[in-house]
Amino acid sequence: MQTNERGLRWLETGGSLTVYLEGDIDHHSAQTIRSRIDTKLFLTRPEELVLDLSRVNFMDSAGLGLILGRFTKASELGVGFRLSSPNRHIQKILDLAGMERIVPITAARSV
Amino acid sequence: MDNLKQAPVPEEQKSTDCRILNECRIAFPSLSANEGYARACAAAFCAQLDPTATEISDIKCAVSEGVTNAIVHGYKDSIGEIIMTLRMLPDRVVKIEIRDKGCGIEDVSRARTPLFTTDPAGERSGMGFTVMESFMDSLRVLSNPGKGTKITMTKKFSLIPRNRR
Repeated sequence: MQTNERGLRWLETGGSLTVYLEGDIDHHSAQTIRSRIDTKLFLTRPEELVLDLSRVNFMDSAGLGLILGRFTKASELGVGFRLSSPNRHIQKILDLAGMERIVPITAARSV
Repeated sequence: MDNLKQAPVPEEQKSTDCRILNECRIAFPSLSANEGYARACAAAFCAQLDPTATEISDIKCAVSEGVTNAIVHGYKDSIGEIIMTLRMLPDRVVKIEIRDKGCGIEDVSRARTPLFTTDPAGERSGMGFTVMESFMDSLRVLSNPGKGTKITMTKKFSLIPRNRR
């Protein structure tokens, strides 16, 4: 796993870029996270972007917006998109939004 | 912002409900950094009821949505005061009120529609009120355009023994 100067943690394996999100994702933090992921996505142009949620402690609807926005960006670039390892609290808000009907969610971290 | 902390409680806001077992009122400026502060305050207040992890997660999520609404929609590009009142009622019920004196909501029922957002370009999901409704037992939204919005939510906490959680 690598960390860049802006605090983004990621892992590149094969054609896959896995970004490890951490801590609280709310309206306050979403803007910074969004710009960090987008920069890395545009520079890397992977075959698949995976957002790993295993280290996310809290997420509200701003996180849903963040995920859907990254899904849209990835789709525009022809990049696959997947969510990985949400805890049960994060899964609850993903379920509320019907996220699984829009993007694949895998339970175990896959790298 | 010191004047916010020392602002006297208006008469109409003073508690007259004798059923209130505990009450905490905090006032803070509508800065996004305070979303986490509001969540932490609400979680700490509810900790008296020995809640489950899911209940605490639900409360934090609902408070985060309510405070974010006040910051993003109520005060938009300005900074104003948000007042959050936490009340503990009998039978393990917590009532949370989040109040702003911002621009208010023209059409509350439309705002409560899932996926409705006033800012599609801002990557907002439009799920704020839906989250509050789903994660709490009740949600009431009172808004007066040009004067502000008051969100009142309640949640009844379970009484599950720790060894059965």
